[in-house]
Amino acid sequence: MFTYTILILLLPFLSFLLLGLFGNKLSHKLAGAIGTTSLGAVFLLSCYTAYEYFFAVGRGAEGVYEALVPYNITWLPLGTLHFDMGVLLDPISVMMLIVISTVSFMVHIYSFGYMHGERGFQRYYAFLSLFTMSMLGLVVATNIFQMYLFWELVGVSSYLLIGFYYTQKAAIAASKKAFIVTRFADMFFLVGILIFGYYTGSFSFSFVNELKLADGATAFVPVDAARAVAAGGFLLPTALTLMFIGGAGKSAMFPLHIWLPDAMEGPTPVSALIHAATMVVAGVYQVARLFPMWIEYAPNAMPIIVWVGVITAFYAAAVACAQSDIKRVLAFSTISQIAFMMVALGVSLPGHEGVLDNHTQLGFLAGNFHLFTHAMFKACLFLGAGCIIHAVHSNEMSEMGGLRKYMPITNATFLISCFAIAGIPFFSGFSSKDEIITACMNYSPVVGWIMTGIAAMTAFYMFRLYYGIFWGTENKEAHEHHTPHEAPWTMTFPLIFLSAITLGVGIYSTLGGFLGWGGSFGSFVSASGQDYTIHFDVTVASISTIVAILSICLATYIYKGEKQPVADKLQSAMPRLHQWAYKRFYMDEVYQFVTHRIIFAHISKPIAWFDRHVIDGFFNFLAWGTHALSFQIRGFQSGAIQRYAFVFFLGVLALLLIMIL
Amino acid sequence: MDYSQFLYMREELSLLAVILIIFLADLFLCKEPKEGVPVRGGKIGLIACVLLGLHTLGNLIPCCGMEHEVTAFGGMYVHTAMMTIVKSVLNVGTLVVFLMANGWLRREENVVKQGEFYLITLFTLLGMYFMISSGHFLMFFIGLELASVPLAALVAFDKWRYESAEAGAKFILLAIFSSALLLYGVSLIYGATGTLYFTEIGALISGGSLLSILGLVLFMAGMGFKISLVPFHLWTADTYQGAPTVVTGYLSVVSKGAASFVLMTVLMKAFADTQLSEAWNIGLFWLIVASITIANLFAVRQQNLKRFMAFSAISQAGYLVLAVMGGTAQGMTALVYYLLVYMVADLGAFAIINVVEQNSGKINIDDYDGLYETNPKLAFLMTLCLFSLAGIPPFAGMFSKFFVFMAAFNAGYQWLVLIALINTVISLYYYLLIVKAMYIKTNETPIAKFRSDNYTRLALFICLAGVVLVGILGVCYNYIDTFAYGME
Repeated sequence: MFTYTILILLLPFLSFLLLGLFGNKLSHKLAGAIGTTSLGAVFLLSCYTAYEYFFAVGRGAEGVYEALVPYNITWLPLGTLHFDMGVLLDPISVMMLIVISTVSFMVHIYSFGYMHGERGFQRYYAFLSLFTMSMLGLVVATNIFQMYLFWELVGVSSYLLIGFYYTQKAAIAASKKAFIVTRFADMFFLVGILIFGYYTGSFSFSFVNELKLADGATAFVPVDAARAVAAGGFLLPTALTLMFIGGAGKSAMFPLHIWLPDAMEGPTPVSALIHAATMVVAGVYQVARLFPMWIEYAPNAMPIIVWVGVITAFYAAAVACAQSDIKRVLAFSTISQIAFMMVALGVSLPGHEGVLDNHTQLGFLAGNFHLFTHAMFKACLFLGAGCIIHAVHSNEMSEMGGLRKYMPITNATFLISCFAIAGIPFFSGFSSKDEIITACMNYSPVVGWIMTGIAAMTAFYMFRLYYGIFWGTENKEAHEHHTPHEAPWTMTFPLIFLSAITLGVGIYSTLGGFLGWGGSFGSFVSASGQDYTIHFDVTVASISTIVAILSICLATYIYKGEKQPVADKLQSAMPRLHQWAYKRFYMDEVYQFVTHRIIFAHISKPIAWFDRHVIDGFFNFLAWGTHALSFQIRGFQSGAIQRYAFVFFLGVLALLLIMIL
Repeated sequence: MDYSQFLYMREELSLLAVILIIFLADLFLCKEPKEGVPVRGGKIGLIACVLLGLHTLGNLIPCCGMEHEVTAFGGMYVHTAMMTIVKSVLNVGTLVVFLMANGWLRREENVVKQGEFYLITLFTLLGMYFMISSGHFLMFFIGLELASVPLAALVAFDKWRYESAEAGAKFILLAIFSSALLLYGVSLIYGATGTLYFTEIGALISGGSLLSILGLVLFMAGMGFKISLVPFHLWTADTYQGAPTVVTGYLSVVSKGAASFVLMTVLMKAFADTQLSEAWNIGLFWLIVASITIANLFAVRQQNLKRFMAFSAISQAGYLVLAVMGGTAQGMTALVYYLLVYMVADLGAFAIINVVEQNSGKINIDDYDGLYETNPKLAFLMTLCLFSLAGIPPFAGMFSKFFVFMAAFNAGYQWLVLIALINTVISLYYYLLIVKAMYIKTNETPIAKFRSDNYTRLALFICLAGVVLVGILGVCYNYIDTFAYGME
């Protein structure tokens, strides 16, 4: 059973090889068709895997979904430690398979229209396949090392895709920035992995199934981890925190977020796939994957996750309110939403007696649920933004305005997704965000209220964006020159599909949450693995709904009209604040200062001097010595055979002397 | 007599059948050349390659039920599953040599004697088989001689060429010299123990006596000659340079690989005594240090590519023997794995050197300047092979070096590993010299663009697949590891 899951990895890999090696000989259409077909097959296989995993196999004896490992081979043995490669199926990895394959498939279809006629079309599809393969490999990893390997591959494909328009300076700079910043964070990840492996004697995720909860009574102590605890209580928390830094880099948490806004230089479908729905949530996924370790061995370190998340969420939401480039607004909104997921995981602490109960495990569920819903509506938003950019040939909001007449489908789907992200009932984001806020309230009212405030800011800036694009002042000058038009069906179909998921999930989970139906997200993914029926906390739900509606009304009041007196007045009333937010609170400048003025000038330069004079000098000496010595001894190789025999004989004597003495 | 014993000799019998068929085919297919009629290549090359390919596939992996050690003919013949693996590796190597030899053998001066080439080569291979599977010093010695005397004929195959004839003469004279010393060593061991069976020697020999140590030293020197370890290596450079390029490839990989495996098994079996094993470990220690370091020093200065490859091969032999240290099971896996990886990379490089030599007659490193401009694919393949030889990830060479180092490290030879590591860095320098020549240097008269023949392409494809895949697919190492055994 599940032997076919290996195809989920192999198909995109094969299409990558095919397109990468022979892409130039294929026509654009054929290349796109190959990539899209293989992804279509992956999508179907993922759906079938999910069906079989959740329904055909179902829950095990204790009412828990078992973690299944259909494949696991030892890839590199290192004595007791070994690097494995395999496929692990458990609720979160299966959920991720669905998310990745759905979004990736939609992006493949969408790119047909968006990238039409671009130079390097085949290369683009090859990289998309590579990325999808790596991301799928990351989520089904059976051990932390495999995860790391694919983690880096994901980083490479992201680098390649951001720099897709490699003739533009900005794209090259952005791709380098993304790669360097995430690599910097990955260094911590690697150190964490090594500490983890060294002290536990294993890289495996074997602990996934060992998690026992309140009703299960037995405490979770895998042998490996017990050894680590014996070795020193602080080691596991340190390792986990270091790994979290790696995850924070990939998931663009403050202050490692600086690469993500620049990554928007890549083609828009790529932003939708990599920088909104899949790769950037790898950090969240990593925390969720290691979650049993966190709550068992490092609960005291979990506030780090919470507060990094809270700060990031607030910071990104504040910046998003002032951006004028629509992709940047979406990028900061992504950062903010991912921070929501991180916070949700962080607040999912063991309660009394060190066990997770129904109450405290809500955060884990909510974080994963938000990951799922966010992937769908944010991909939809990005793809919608792609349609708009395709139509007006600009990213700036000032070039847009009043587009609703020209692009009805984009308008409708964009609006649905905006409602979802704002947290309006009957849209998917409502249910997941509401669960997050409930979990935060349980954890601490302070965090709960801060997150409610940020949710309000989310609704505000998203509708500022919406009105700025589709309503507001129409840029008649630009539009007369080039009338915007609706995108072709290859581009609108993914929009409709993704917004349909957003609506469907939203309606079901909202009704289910109020009426207490089962079969919602909690039935599939929960920290305990037990069936968890979501019930809304009516107070929290009504507060967050009211807050969201108020924010939307405010945004409507300020930005809907042809003229926007309030907005102008606000901007002129607080010029400093607006400027700061527009410049993203000068975080990039801080980095520039730290790297150039401090690190480069005071640390790198002396090291460079040492490298050039001492280390290079040593090697030059070595090379000179080698040459001189080899010149001296070349007489041995005279070509005279008697002499060879003589040396041979001397060698025997020398060997004898060595071995006797 | 129990004839079922022959069943253990599956590989030898199958190879013998191949030899006989080629012999007959050569007899009937090759026509006497007539005056004025240009001689064509004939089918013999194809037949040889196909037969050897079938033989390789048929004996690729150990049969079920053959995992344990079995003996036949009163202990003269020994078989373990690991030996099948080693023989498979040698088979693949020989097959690649045959494939790359095809174009060379079709040349006018060789075409009438191409059958000879295949036969002689397979006879040496058969000798190596017997050497590997021997359980008795006599059997071992016969195998060794069967593997080295015909080699001299191969080295001198281009006998109309002065260098080739000279190389053949040098090789046979020194081979006889080393065989004589080795035989003398064996007789000393017989004197010490009264038997020539490896297992009995292992039980009877008592360490420390000058007699047994002298025997051991002479045995090691003889094997050192075959593997070309410093200071028994002096024939290598002249012979490699003079011999036809395909023969050089064969010498540097197949012949060397068989000898190093035999060195390991015999040392483990016959000289397992605590004092003796301490002695041979110390001896090997210095042989390895000398081989790796001195070969590197010489390789830096070479101009002739074949001579360069000779020194590279000596240094690689040092890494190969590094796995013998301690005689552990891990070491045996590392040895066989290293052999496989080294073989594909080295033969890939030789295939390119050969095809360039056949098409342009050029053999110096300077001639390769600007190869990338004219033959980009060949230059790229050569780069991959050299990277693998130097041990640059993600190619197989990095993994094989890693496993060898790990085995030696775990056996307790940390300093040796350190010295080997430093030498790896030096070797990187001279391997990259060739890459630099191909890609960066410019040339007024570069090697002209040409199309390789299909046999060479197939050989290169096999080598490329090995260089890229053997390392990344961890299964290979794990599979070999299941058959490994060491000293207790």
